[in-house]
Amino acid sequence: MSRYIPPEQSKAGQIFDIAVVVVAIFVALWLPLKLGLAGAAKSIDPLDAKTWDALGQNATMASIWEKLGYTPETAHDIIQNRFHYIIDWPTLIIMAIVLVAYFVFLFRASDREYREVINEKFDDK
Amino acid sequence: MTAAVETGLTATIHGDRVSLLRVLGPAHVWALGVGIVLVGEFTGWNFAADKGGALAALIVCWIVGLLYTSVAMIDSEVTSTVAAAGGQYAQAKHIVGPLMAFNVALFLVFAYTMLEVSDAILLGDTIVAKAGVEGLTHNSFIAATIVVLAWLNYRGVLMTLNVNFVITAIAYVSIVILFFSVSPWTQGAVLKLNELVTPGNALPYGWIGVIAAFQFGIWYYLGIEGTTQAAEEVRSPARSLPYGTMAGMITLLIAAAMTWYVCASLMPWEYLGITYYPLWDAGKLTGSPLLENLLFIATLLAALASANGCINDAARAWFSLGRDRYLPSWFSAVHPKYRTPYRSILFLLPIALAFAFIADLNQAITFSILSGVLQYTFMSINIMMFRKKWPLGSIRRGYTHPFHPLPAIVLFCLCMVTFFAIFLGFGSQLIAMTVFYFLISLWFHFYRYKFVRRGDQFSMPWPKPQGY
Repeated sequence: MSRYIPPEQSKAGQIFDIAVVVVAIFVALWLPLKLGLAGAAKSIDPLDAKTWDALGQNATMASIWEKLGYTPETAHDIIQNRFHYIIDWPTLIIMAIVLVAYFVFLFRASDREYREVINEKFDDK
Repeated sequence: MTAAVETGLTATIHGDRVSLLRVLGPAHVWALGVGIVLVGEFTGWNFAADKGGALAALIVCWIVGLLYTSVAMIDSEVTSTVAAAGGQYAQAKHIVGPLMAFNVALFLVFAYTMLEVSDAILLGDTIVAKAGVEGLTHNSFIAATIVVLAWLNYRGVLMTLNVNFVITAIAYVSIVILFFSVSPWTQGAVLKLNELVTPGNALPYGWIGVIAAFQFGIWYYLGIEGTTQAAEEVRSPARSLPYGTMAGMITLLIAAAMTWYVCASLMPWEYLGITYYPLWDAGKLTGSPLLENLLFIATLLAALASANGCINDAARAWFSLGRDRYLPSWFSAVHPKYRTPYRSILFLLPIALAFAFIADLNQAITFSILSGVLQYTFMSINIMMFRKKWPLGSIRRGYTHPFHPLPAIVLFCLCMVTFFAIFLGFGSQLIAMTVFYFLISLWFHFYRYKFVRRGDQFSMPWPKPQGY
């Protein structure tokens, strides 16, 4: 197998590639934050009676909350802020498809590239 | 990670080949791994209690410990054989292929950069909370932390590994001191586990909460695999890497168990699940000013040690991508005086700063965990391919991990559970990150790969892999 000689990349081309990578990083990491899609899916289950008892806190727990500077009123939004684990099947299926497709592509395309590497490396010998 | 970076640059400067120095032993490998990870005991792991309750945080501490034991066993075998700088990146290049290596390097960069961001946020928030001055924000402390540590890395950080060792040891000893100061063998005096973790609130969401807690259970140990970054700098990879990594895992398992026991015995799970500094809070709740101040300082030191190691590792992975022309070779420049990958350090600096200001702590941690879990999924498949392409006896291995393929299967299964756990609460972030990796992979495979020299990607003196 003949040795592959890669093209030399111009400075402008390198700058363009760097820009592509930077934009991709920010879109992937920043966009979910901007769109409010990132972060925990939690919500507050409000209680009318804001007492330690109503909040499910025994005497020991209540004393610790108070030591930390909380009252039943200020602790209410922390204690009642809960996850609601409802499995959204369409989203779960989309997630599974995206993950599987990603890994399948990754391994298949890598193998194609790897064969070129191995052929060039060992055919040179 | 620091000396590793200082010496770990294989580049040509003024015609001279800069070679790696084999100066590290098992203790340094321990410091590399534990230095980055220990901050996880000071913040992050406790969000597992938020997702599933206090008992769920303990269950995942053990089960995720099993995941990381598998990671450590697999990593020790592959890295003690592929003794090349870049850790998992070099492994992927030799075993799976260039595109996988490109992705693995990105996993490393994002896992470490977002971990650095989390460290800086923790440090800033801790100082602001301690100061108690109205109107004081964490922004200046975050910026100062990231910029100063980047500057240290830019200037060369030959001594930083030893400094990190000392910092890590102090932070670890503080956990041990806290543990023994609260009379762990006695309930009711200081610790009140049976009154805080009751049958009614131990698992507030049931078993689905335990599965959901896997996401932040990863934070107990995330980064231990960073020990492999020093593969070219250790004197005896076959001995130092397995010993150092396994000792690191044992250390972390003990620290995690002590941390959970003390924190769950001192504060209600609802508070434990949302606080940014559970160990410092534990110090406060003992009523001892000495313990409070010790844990405050230890929190800062753990965050600093971790962020410093992360900057080194992320820059090193980015540098490797430039050196192999997976990214523009501009990134592969080595500073002529300081011998550091200065362009990579500078390039990643504004990215870390930007996300430290726009993301909050648990979002930054989730970004880091996502990249980590994608990497562990790769590792479980990678070891299977490694054993198939070069069966035992075909090449010299520094270390052969036992019970193959059991650790790989356990690792893969636990990764799948963790993906599901991330879906429970942070699903959109998972999809967005995976789509990013997918698109950037298409860009690499169909465009960028043309700049890569093919045969140069395989540098190990091994026979041709079976099946090729």
